Amino acid sequence: MSITQERTTNVIGQRMLRREDPALLTGEAKFVNDLVIPGALHLAVLRSPYAHARIKSIDVSDAASMPGVVAVYTGKDLHSTWAAPMPCAWPVTPDMKNPAHYPLAVDKACYVGDGVAAVLATSEAASRDALDAIDVVYEPLAAVIDLEDALTDRTIIHESIGTNKSYTWNLKVESAEGAVDKAFKTAAFTVSERYVQQRLIPMAMEPRAVAAVPQPFGGDVTLYSATQVPHILKVMTAITLGIPEHQMRVVAPSVGGGFGSKLDVYAEELLCVALARKHGAPVRWVEERSENTQATIHGRGQIQNIELAADKDGKLTAVRVRLIGDMGAYLQLVTPGVPLLGAFLYGGVYDLPQAYDFSCTSVFTTMTPTDAYRGAGRPEATYAIEVAMDALARTMGIDPYELRKRNYIKKEQFYDAAGNPVGYTAFHGLNYDSGDHLAAAEKAMQHADYTGLRKKQKTQNVPGARKRLGIGMTSYFEMCGLAPSRVLASLNYGAGGWESATVRVLPTSKVQVVTGTSPHGQGHETSWAMIAAEKLGVAPEDVDVLHSDTAIAPLGLDTYGSRSLAVGGVAIAGACDKVIDKARLIAAHQLECAAEDLEFAKGVFSVKGSPDKAVPIAAIAFAAFTAHNLPDGVEPNLEAQYTHDPKNFSWPFGTHICVVEVDTETGKVDVLKYVAVDDCGNQINPLIVEGQVHGGVVQGMAQALYEEAVYDQDGNLKTSNLAEYLVPAACDVPPITTDFTVTPSTTNQLGVKGIGEAGTIGAASAVMNAVIDALSGLGITSLDMPASPNNVWKALQSVQGGKQ
Amino acid sequence: MIPAAFDYKRAGSAEEAIALIGQHGDEAKFLAGGHSLIPLMKLRLAQPTVLVDIGRVKDLSYVKDAGNHIAIGALTRHMDVEKSPVLKQHVPLLAHAASHVGDAQVRHRGTIGGSIAHADPASDLPATTLALGATYVVQGPNGKREIAAKDFYRGFLESALAPDEMLVEIKVPKMNGAGWSFQKFNRRAQDWAIVGVAAWRNNGTSGVALVNMGSTPVLAAAVSAALSSGASVADAANRAADDAEPQSDLNASVEYRTHLAKVLVRRALEEASK
Ligand SMILES: Cc1cc2nc3c(=O)[nH]c(=O)nc-3n(C[C@H](O)[C@H](O)[C@H](O)COP(=O)(O)OP(=O)(O)OC[C@H]3O[C@@H](n4cnc5c(N)ncnc54)[C@H](O)[C@@H]3O)c2cc1C
Repeated sequence: MSITQERTTNVIGQRMLRREDPALLTGEAKFVNDLVIPGALHLAVLRSPYAHARIKSIDVSDAASMPGVVAVYTGKDLHSTWAAPMPCAWPVTPDMKNPAHYPLAVDKACYVGDGVAAVLATSEAASRDALDAIDVVYEPLAAVIDLEDALTDRTIIHESIGTNKSYTWNLKVESAEGAVDKAFKTAAFTVSERYVQQRLIPMAMEPRAVAAVPQPFGGDVTLYSATQVPHILKVMTAITLGIPEHQMRVVAPSVGGGFGSKLDVYAEELLCVALARKHGAPVRWVEERSENTQATIHGRGQIQNIELAADKDGKLTAVRVRLIGDMGAYLQLVTPGVPLLGAFLYGGVYDLPQAYDFSCTSVFTTMTPTDAYRGAGRPEATYAIEVAMDALARTMGIDPYELRKRNYIKKEQFYDAAGNPVGYTAFHGLNYDSGDHLAAAEKAMQHADYTGLRKKQKTQNVPGARKRLGIGMTSYFEMCGLAPSRVLASLNYGAGGWESATVRVLPTSKVQVVTGTSPHGQGHETSWAMIAAEKLGVAPEDVDVLHSDTAIAPLGLDTYGSRSLAVGGVAIAGACDKVIDKARLIAAHQLECAAEDLEFAKGVFSVKGSPDKAVPIAAIAFAAFTAHNLPDGVEPNLEAQYTHDPKNFSWPFGTHICVVEVDTETGKVDVLKYVAVDDCGNQINPLIVEGQVHGGVVQGMAQALYEEAVYDQDGNLKTSNLAEYLVPAACDVPPITTDFTVTPSTTNQLGVKGIGEAGTIGAASAVMNAVIDALSGLGITSLDMPASPNNVWKALQSVQGGKQ
Repeated sequence: MIPAAFDYKRAGSAEEAIALIGQHGDEAKFLAGGHSLIPLMKLRLAQPTVLVDIGRVKDLSYVKDAGNHIAIGALTRHMDVEKSPVLKQHVPLLAHAASHVGDAQVRHRGTIGGSIAHADPASDLPATTLALGATYVVQGPNGKREIAAKDFYRGFLESALAPDEMLVEIKVPKMNGAGWSFQKFNRRAQDWAIVGVAAWRNNGTSGVALVNMGSTPVLAAAVSAALSSGASVADAANRAADDAEPQSDLNASVEYRTHLAKVLVRRALEEASK
């Protein structure tokens, strides 16, 4: 069986411009805050200025009497409004501790930014002004910002659970009891490394925004939200507020990026709905940028201890990982699951035997809750294994690429003895669908001129050199296409991982695709139209894509975890197949032949062997609509719904190479070159794929060099705006060379994998490996992210005794 | 992100602006390009009750050759300073420094007068005009007076301007072919400097000023003194922080800033000596 399919038409694979862009680029796209909603009241939230404080009293009387103010509520006032605390959908262990979390804090504020009171006013300005007039008496308590300190329970944040520890989750896989210990005892080489994944602020270009519009009669509510997850949000609002689910409708209009930060159910969404119902009026809220840095989830936040054992050739024999995960003050929707998503990737792209010992302990701190952020768990894992691989290469005194080559899972290992593509069953039991790591790496090496660079490095990095050259590489695996529902069940996740699609051919042969994915910048409308166009043999312009409104697309599990194409796109292909099957019956009826005798290509059914006996799908759509002459038992209209539950995750992979120069006087790192060779299987639209790689690489590079959510000892966020939180801009980023290998997935009909997170997953470790490579000759073998000039200079000082 | 309420008045001339400020007292502020003031108001760190908009006082936007100096109107936008042929010829250091201010959007709105009046030690043009030995012309209800740049900066965001005085012109001596260098060290291209250096050298004289090395723009007098007494560039650069009182922040500790100042002054002097 061949795994590459012959393409009958050629829509898939074209670099089509994104149909979304004209509206976005001309400012015409409508975001939540652009919606004109007559009579809307404005919500503003008063946030705790303390990281940890008991709320002694709140006096709202001055605020309530200000002009334009309609009402002021405290957490106590609204407590009876909530049918349930805010949701966490991922109880990773049966004994996981999850303190009740309400939209407004009641007795205690647990991070700077925790909401303590809410104002409703007739204008946005009036609502903000009233916040200053609310008088809260706090009793400040000690902040808890250090993960290891949090684990001592010296200061307990949530008295109700009596500890700061939320859970410990283990994944130990041994071929025989004691295999890991034995591997470490008998190893020729071991390395033991500690890495800190600093907290990151997702910083979507559009901050969050919410508007809840109650219907005048009957209790229905429409919730507009800048969310990635309208479907999840609908269910969760219904549960949390005790509203019958069918009375909730959620719409995500144009959404300006999410990166995971809008994969959540937030206090303000619940407050808007609750208060809209209470006041019988629309209630809206828009987040300020500084508010966004505190009230929207953060990402990363882990301390990683990783040990590698290897034999004399450097072949890995065991991996041991101990993580501490920073949950922040509360568990949000999938907070506890983030480290688990990485747990399967600490073996990297390597042929690791069953000698793996992973354990993660997660703790509460008095900082903004963390949750999924682009890559969620997988960039962390890739960083740890890939930076540790470089450490191992240094220990052994061999080239880091040579070490990787000795360990890559080989192409042949994805096939059985008879040459069938059966995937590679990894040490933990999950099956990697397809891969050819060496091919991707070789391609990257050629683009970067690796051998030439190593030569140049030898001549450049002489003692006293002002600028030292560093070369870093990463070979990564991404586990995406979330997710097979049964695997999610085994991880205790509270929902499935399927995706739904409806494909409808209208009487005039235009096509509607209804998807349960919820784009927020990725270009799904373009790509989904291309899939349907390819399958049905129509022009992409004739395909309209409907999404992100639970009244129009009632079934769906939304967009995150690079799942939209590998699950949602495949569902569209499946729905197209069902439409074609039905059309085939009608065509056979019209052409008076057996359905099996028909072939379908480029939008036309024809009788095998006599191509002039043919009918286009357009004619069949009209016949299905008029229903004048349908075969018996065939329902009118050409429409089908299909739900795809993936058999497996999809496993994109690739190799990235980063070349840097470090100024040894100032500590500044300049990225000279970045090569990304990715393999996401078949590509629907290479232009969009490249865009995703660019964005992802920049976000990963940003973690390595620029971004960090910095808290002071009192738990104040010091980086609460874009002047202090350094998101790199276009001029700070070098040109990125992108190239691809194509190894189709064998577990879905499109052969696709997913590319949304790959760049982020590869980049941070490639950049840091390059920086350390530049400096290791001076004795610097570890460096915390971000490798800011000040941090690099400090490291240089420590090895050079302050002498320059 | 929403400023406190304020009244807005638009002035057509310097005289009108000064009169309006006089009427409204301490709570009133001039609004030029708004690129320093408005951000502070949005964060509610500044809450003026009246803004007197001088952005349309067109006759204060100019760059003129005035013999031995160049006269620049206070309302001249950074972009016009950057692109001015007169400045490129006679004061290339200032034109070049202006090209490093923020990003293109900022440079099209922000004014040289606003930058100097704001007296931010982290801004590029106060230190640059200080290094160049500029003189600032200010106008109050009783007429004009001149203040030397070295006497102008009094403390963090504090200057010798009286509340009812307006900066109207910047006089910058011609550089007469002096070698020069502008070193701006930052993490992102569009940011304020972590440390910056504006320097020129000409036949034994020199001017060196530091950006973001204290509560005011800093004249590195010790460096110039060392150079005129014959010290090498490297030795002179080691005196870079003698006149500074750097602070630590998220981007740099005091030690690192001090070190950077020395490195950057050395690089600047090397470039200016070419
Ligand atoms: C994103 C961003 C990046 C920036 N980056 C840089 C940078 O890299 N380097 C840099 O140097 N600057 C930078 N700036 C600041 C920018 O240069 C400002 O424009 C400038 O500092 C102030 O000029 P303005 O005309 O905007 O003044 P305004 O903001 O209008 O006024 C600033 C202050 O000066 C007073 N004032 C203004 N004009 C006069 C006058 N003629 N007489 C008396 N008082 C007056 C005002 O009352 C106010 O108190 C940046 C600004 C932004 C928003």
